[in-house]
Amino acid sequence: MTCIEAHGLRKVYQTTPALDGIDLRIEEGRILGLIGPNGAGKTTALNAILGLTPYEGQLKVLGREPWTAREELMREVCFIADVAVLPRWMRVADMLDYMAGVHPRFDRAKSVNFLAGTTIKRSSKVRELSKGMVAQLHLALVMAIDAKLLILDEPTLGLDILYRKQFYDSLLNDYFDATRTIVVTTHQVEEIQDVITDLMFIDQGRIVLESTMENFELRYVEAMVNPEALDAARALKPIHERPVFGRSVFLFENVDRNEIAALGETRRPSIADVFVAVMSKQSEAKR
Amino acid sequence: MNNTLATTDAVSASGATAKIRPFYWSVRRELWENRSLYVAPLIVAAVIVFGFMCTTVGLPERRRAVLLLNDPAQQRTAIEMPYDIAAMMIMFTAFIVGVFYCLDALYGERRDRSILFWKSLPVSDLTTVLSKITIPLVILPVISFAIILVTQFAIFLITSVVLVLHGVSPATTLAHTNLFQNSLILAYALVAVSLWHAPTYSWMLFVSSWVKRAAFLWAILPVIAIAFFEKIGFGTQYFYSMIRYRFASWASEAFALRLGPKGTPVLDSLSQLTPGRYLTTPGLWLGLLFAVACLAVAVRFRRSRGPV
Repeated sequence: MTCIEAHGLRKVYQTTPALDGIDLRIEEGRILGLIGPNGAGKTTALNAILGLTPYEGQLKVLGREPWTAREELMREVCFIADVAVLPRWMRVADMLDYMAGVHPRFDRAKSVNFLAGTTIKRSSKVRELSKGMVAQLHLALVMAIDAKLLILDEPTLGLDILYRKQFYDSLLNDYFDATRTIVVTTHQVEEIQDVITDLMFIDQGRIVLESTMENFELRYVEAMVNPEALDAARALKPIHERPVFGRSVFLFENVDRNEIAALGETRRPSIADVFVAVMSKQSEAKR
Repeated sequence: MNNTLATTDAVSASGATAKIRPFYWSVRRELWENRSLYVAPLIVAAVIVFGFMCTTVGLPERRRAVLLLNDPAQQRTAIEMPYDIAAMMIMFTAFIVGVFYCLDALYGERRDRSILFWKSLPVSDLTTVLSKITIPLVILPVISFAIILVTQFAIFLITSVVLVLHGVSPATTLAHTNLFQNSLILAYALVAVSLWHAPTYSWMLFVSSWVKRAAFLWAILPVIAIAFFEKIGFGTQYFYSMIRYRFASWASEAFALRLGPKGTPVLDSLSQLTPGRYLTTPGLWLGLLFAVACLAVAVRFRRSRGPV
């Protein structure tokens, strides 16, 4: 089943397009990483999907139009913007009551169970919790909702490395299954590399790269090239070259792996390296 | 297998919807967030009771003097004065609390970004705005009514104790006043004034859904500016009279007030309640129409505005 489908999705603020005609299709059971520089349109795209902002073009989320049906949509969609949005005056116990009172798919027992694994007290107010604990609380609320789509916008911003790791671990082990879909944006690209199944680079409101992680790993290869093979490597038209400890690391796209193996040690490129390569190619093309 | 699954699903779904009450919980959450809604009137009530205790020093003498008066209306006015002052001060406090509540209701959630959390839940913007306007129009009058009754009862108890200690019968309070009738008048007054000020509260709520900062100034300054420019531009004061009518005239529309001996309005009989006239006052309905318009715009803004 298709979870999100967009055709010619556009959003213009005054004169600058934040989204410049995006077509996308996200199937159920995928985890999509939406990566882009600041101001690329990631948050605008997520806001459109969540029904928080009007848009031009066609957009269907779980078969509904988000802008006109936000309330119905939010029964099946969960959303963590970043850790700072939980109301600071609210008590944890009140929050559980409130969620159980307004959300038809919220399972209170499940949430209490998640909280039992943390040091969060039910009588605490959100403002008394550390940033990491607020993230745990938000996750405990969201994971107790039987939702079909979970949207995460920079969910681990400002968290220390332990909480960040734990966040994605709980998400994958206790929440994600084949009937759910997750869309995540983050600048901490390295921590989602092994989490996501699909990848999308977006820049200036356009999709610049779209791939499953399997294809991504087939398509890109990185080689640490020995000095004597530099010319041979450059002849193969690498998309990026950078010096590392006196040697050169080349990033190749769609090349014969055997040919590359002859040049030096090959390895799987990180999303971050491909991102940098694709983005610098973009800005060169513009110049 | 599929059938059983579908059935249990349907059962749990209907069981779940039965206890889903977004409006009820939205109102409760407002009370959790804004404790000043009942704390402020309570503090004022405590101050009133304390202040009244301080004035009990000469109470027995004053009561004896009142009992010697010939005019029962005067006796009644004198004995009821502390009760009326308590009621008016608490109602005034509730009004101020309501105005500041409304100014922050749709602005605060954008300022602290918690709107992103509220909007991630299946609660519509209409439910949210209606739950917020319910606070000044329904919850605050109910809170005020309860607090005023308790305060007046405390005043009555203190009066009775002081009078007994000085050999005056506390029954003189009951003989010359009608506290039950007064609480009916109070209930009517609270309903009338909250309907009368529905446009005031709704305007504040609209401003709070719209502004990016300084909600209070945006609520007040345009009103002053319009009145000012009308005066210097056209030499007229229609707008100013309209605003003054809103703030000064609800009582004269809701009650047939008559002037007492000292020129102060007197309200001592249920026959002075004029709900028929009040409900046919154009000012009431025009105000309610304006309130609905403000709320409709506030719902639209709630839908499209994000954090500031």
